[in-house]
Amino acid sequence: METRRIAQIGVLVSLAMVLSYLESLFPVFLAVPGIRIGLANIAIVFALYHLGFRAALGISVVRVVLSALLFGSVISMSYSLCGALISLAMMAILKRSGLFGTVAVSVVGGVSHNLGQIAVACLILQTKAIAYYIPVLILSGVVSGVVIGIVSAVVIARLEGE
Amino acid sequence: MKGVKSDRNTAIRDIVLILAIALVGLCLLFFNGRKTTPGSSVVVEVDGKTVASYPLDTDGVFVLNGGTNTLEIKDGKARISDADCPNMQCVRQGWISRGGQSIVCLPNKLIVTVTSSDRSVDYIL
Repeated sequence: METRRIAQIGVLVSLAMVLSYLESLFPVFLAVPGIRIGLANIAIVFALYHLGFRAALGISVVRVVLSALLFGSVISMSYSLCGALISLAMMAILKRSGLFGTVAVSVVGGVSHNLGQIAVACLILQTKAIAYYIPVLILSGVVSGVVIGIVSAVVIARLEGE
Repeated sequence: MKGVKSDRNTAIRDIVLILAIALVGLCLLFFNGRKTTPGSSVVVEVDGKTVASYPLDTDGVFVLNGGTNTLEIKDGKARISDADCPNMQCVRQGWISRGGQSIVCLPNKLIVTVTSSDRSVDYIL
């Protein structure tokens, strides 16, 4: 692996973790379980476009494991990991189709992250009661996905233009 | 923008896809709203098993799950007023009163769900 690439991956892992930490400081968004802004997705979307799927996958997994150990718990890790993997898979498929731009990719990533988390929660808690939150989670995923997508598009454009 | 596929067609497809997802969300929200009726009682589940049930028309404070969470019922609404977990997400979720609404405490695997006598079978699939 090229040294420059290794350095970029390292920087993106730490950036994603700082963004996760920042997000954990906003408890308001936790009023409904599973809702998140998904700030760390800026780093993941950027990695997906700039470094490719494998690098994005690595960054995403390392980010989830490390931030769960530092700021969360082992239980929260299982939810986040499932959400992050589903989200990345959906984003990679959409990006690969070549039909959509960064904002749509990010929205699909945000929504599928929320839905992936709630699916794991349903499995662990052995209940369908929390499915009640699905509409709210879809809408919050769309809103945050649009914002994150626009930010990512700007970042990708600036850095690729250098 | 350099380096980003931002041609017109991509932008249109993006908007269509995003609006479609948002529409699905709104439809589900509307569907949920129509189905919900004022609840008559709350059911407490721990680890997938129903452990207790309390009517919403009787005010009271109940200790749940051997003390991990405290349930408060007041004016036909229920909330978790105290919990032993560090992030207290279940307390932040606030009051619930409509059929199908629930409060989830992930660390203790505890769920409080509102059921309504007439429509509850409809709701909890």
